[in-house]
Amino acid sequence: MSSLRILVPVKRVIDYAVKPRVNRAQTAVETANVKHSMNPFDELSIEESVRIREQKNHHKSAPKVEEIVAFSAGPPKSQDILRTAMAMGADRGLHVVVEEKDALEPLGVAKLLKKVVDENKSNLVILGKQSIDDDAGQTGQMLAGLLNWPQATQASKITFNDHTVEVIREVDGGVETLKAKLPMIITTDLRLNEPRYASLPNIMKAKKKKLDKKTLSDYGLDTELRLKTVKVTEPPARKGGVKVEDVDGMISKLKELGAL
Amino acid sequence: MATSARFVSSLRRTALSSRAPSRCQCLRPAYQVRWNGNTPTPTSATSEPHQPDAEGGVKGKAAPRKSIKYTSENYPQLQRDSKFTKISEKHVKFFQELLGSESAVIDGVTKDASEDIEAFNSDWMRKFRGHTKLVLKPSSTEEVSKILKYCNDNMLAVVPQGGNTGLVGGSVPVFDEIVINLQKMNQIHSFDEVSGIMVADAGVILEIADNYLAERNHIFPLDLGAKGSCQIGGNVATNAGGLRLLRYGSFHGNVLGIEAVLPDGTIMDDLSTLRKNNTGYDLKQLFIGGEGTIGIVTKISIICPRRSPAVNVAYFGLESYEHVQKAFREAKGQLSEILSAFELMDSRTQKLVNRVTGKKMPLEGEHPFYCLIETSGSNPDHDGEKLEKFLEHVMETEVVQDGILAQDQTQIQELWSWREGITECLGHDGGVYKYDLSIPIHELYDLVNETRDRLTEAGLVGTDKSHPVVDVVGYGHMGDGNLHLNIPVRRFDKTVEKALEPWVYEWVQKRNGSISAEHGLGVTKKPYVGYSKSDTMIRLMKQIKDLYDPNGIMNPYKYI
Ligand SMILES: Cc1cc2nc3c(=O)[nH]c(=O)nc-3n(C[C@H](O)[C@H](O)[C@H](O)COP(=O)(O)OP(=O)(O)OC[C@H]3O[C@@H](n4cnc5c(N)ncnc54)[C@H](O)[C@@H]3O)c2cc1C
Repeated sequence: MSSLRILVPVKRVIDYAVKPRVNRAQTAVETANVKHSMNPFDELSIEESVRIREQKNHHKSAPKVEEIVAFSAGPPKSQDILRTAMAMGADRGLHVVVEEKDALEPLGVAKLLKKVVDENKSNLVILGKQSIDDDAGQTGQMLAGLLNWPQATQASKITFNDHTVEVIREVDGGVETLKAKLPMIITTDLRLNEPRYASLPNIMKAKKKKLDKKTLSDYGLDTELRLKTVKVTEPPARKGGVKVEDVDGMISKLKELGAL
Repeated sequence: MATSARFVSSLRRTALSSRAPSRCQCLRPAYQVRWNGNTPTPTSATSEPHQPDAEGGVKGKAAPRKSIKYTSENYPQLQRDSKFTKISEKHVKFFQELLGSESAVIDGVTKDASEDIEAFNSDWMRKFRGHTKLVLKPSSTEEVSKILKYCNDNMLAVVPQGGNTGLVGGSVPVFDEIVINLQKMNQIHSFDEVSGIMVADAGVILEIADNYLAERNHIFPLDLGAKGSCQIGGNVATNAGGLRLLRYGSFHGNVLGIEAVLPDGTIMDDLSTLRKNNTGYDLKQLFIGGEGTIGIVTKISIICPRRSPAVNVAYFGLESYEHVQKAFREAKGQLSEILSAFELMDSRTQKLVNRVTGKKMPLEGEHPFYCLIETSGSNPDHDGEKLEKFLEHVMETEVVQDGILAQDQTQIQELWSWREGITECLGHDGGVYKYDLSIPIHELYDLVNETRDRLTEAGLVGTDKSHPVVDVVGYGHMGDGNLHLNIPVRRFDKTVEKALEPWVYEWVQKRNGSISAEHGLGVTKKPYVGYSKSDTMIRLMKQIKDLYDPNGIMNPYKYI
């Protein structure tokens, strides 16, 4: 098998443990002063690409990984997650600065990624199956379409054979095994692996790794938006319970609610 | 943001939960740590809490309260003081008229109310159980005042009770003392956004106070595992320490004012909202950690800090206890105002968590000691910079051997679970003898080694069933000089107890340490106070008690 040049796109999103709040104007989710982290699915992608490289330590026949590039299109702060990706084991970072207000749609990201793939001669792109902020779940598929490459989405296991890549994906009521040849696109699902922690020595090393900064115009692209967000609303609030003093209180409350 | 995004997140959480019970889960009562083992023998050992199920195990629901042995049987040396009047119908009638509402008096004197009363008679750990027949739930300071005056005049003993989560048996009666529960006094009266000062009733539940403050970008300066049940009045009465003490200091500084009712009914209105007030003896301090022995706290005013938007957590492996101390000094020097926790865990505790939970250790390789550092600050960029410099420094100078820095909230929770999961995992093999001690920092860990040596020499420690002791481990709030010495055992055993007590207390005494760092005296530690307080100190404390409570009706048989 030819050696691997892996591209891993990562996205900076509101930390998944934080409860998002809709802004007053109901046009978007509040992002100022809210903790952001790497999209959890993208952590899986980085982890998997590093594991693919580490396999070579144990199995001579495992594919050689020439390079792992972490890529992010997003606001200046996206650098933080690129550093995390590099601390986890990516070799270098590529940051295309896109301000939050000009955020790209999945097709925009896919078009950009196509150029990045060409530029970096990547032959394997591992993406998260979705990002938890907009939940579009489209980028990997669109990129596969634009490149005309095979794709295996929602991977829960990836194995490299002599000439093919085998991907197990979880489907309703069972699993499906796919086989394809490089170059290809894989999107990751929850059970693929458990991402490692960023160790202090690696965090320090990551600071010295190369991080290129580019703009959309460097790729001859522009933010062309096709969708308009009409309104963002919170799910209806769950009604809290009430405490009653005693049995009489409960009976009268139940009567009040028409349950008795 | 679509709801399904969070759905996916929650899925991921489920996927992860095997390796990471989140910090919150460990702390919430729903995930309460349970006492594992049979606890018929009362030792004075306590520290972090356990709640047993019916078989004395940790798997089922908490044990039924009626199965708990009476404190009076466990502590035969305690005798009911005959100076106290036995409650009669006449007294009950007085209280019913005074308090009016039916739910304010649980009367087990004139009728059978044992079902309703049991929850007030026994404690959270299922270790203490009293014989009270009367529970009063006043709704105002005036009612508290009238109750106490009447009790004082009629020589009726009382127990002030908050959320009943105390760990030394202070919150439940020993004999037939009347329980005065503060749960109906639960109003937050004011909060000043500029000064951060909150005034609230003693019966407000800690979590409710903290949520109220969170909405206003502030934080209650105390956080502990029982927050969903304990009351801020109970917290003040026990001078609880908890997780935020290193950063926000103790109640002796944060509580600015107290309104309390003395046994004779006097309302002591010292509900100051002033930061500075040097106008005489600071009497409110006596009620902080007074454990309900000189009066009932009815309101508090407390200064609350701003909530920190930026929180970071790092986890280290270190070569020796010397290195742990160095790391602590560096952390104080370089992280100073943003350092919010410095927790110590020895390798034995971490291996135990690894063994019991099956989670992969956060660091590769083995280290004799581990530390968890948390920073909280106002600016993520500034904090990040400081933390990075500190981390680089301790790595380069080899103060720490290895370490990791949490990259997101999930990892923060996972790393905390290696500290907070210890208590729960300790109960895995059976029971645990637990000591919550203050010791000068440089000698803090010596006690763990010496205890282990002592028990090993006595032939009590081993890997097979013939040895009662599984291990001797140590962890704790290093930043506060607070060690949790824990001895997990396969069974409770008199020889182990004899090897431990009073030896542990004597060891602590020699170093002028405290035999109860956070949890107070209550019933459990009362006999041992001499190890931490001199005769003169005890005499002076008794004078205070006699001055405020000359009839001795407040929480008798405990504290002093
Ligand atoms: C899971 C768990 C974790 C804990 N973690 C910590 C910890 O990290 N640090 C720590 O320091 N403690 C900890 N504790 C113990 C802590 O002391 C109590 O949880 C809490 O402070 C007691 O509050 P409470 O309202 O439940 O009081 P109770 O248990 O009801 O009462 C405690 C004592 O205070 C007295 N009292 C209560 N209310 C009043 C009042 N209004 N006026 C006068 N006296 C009163 C009672 O008579 C009793 O002596 C923990 C307990 C549990 C169960």
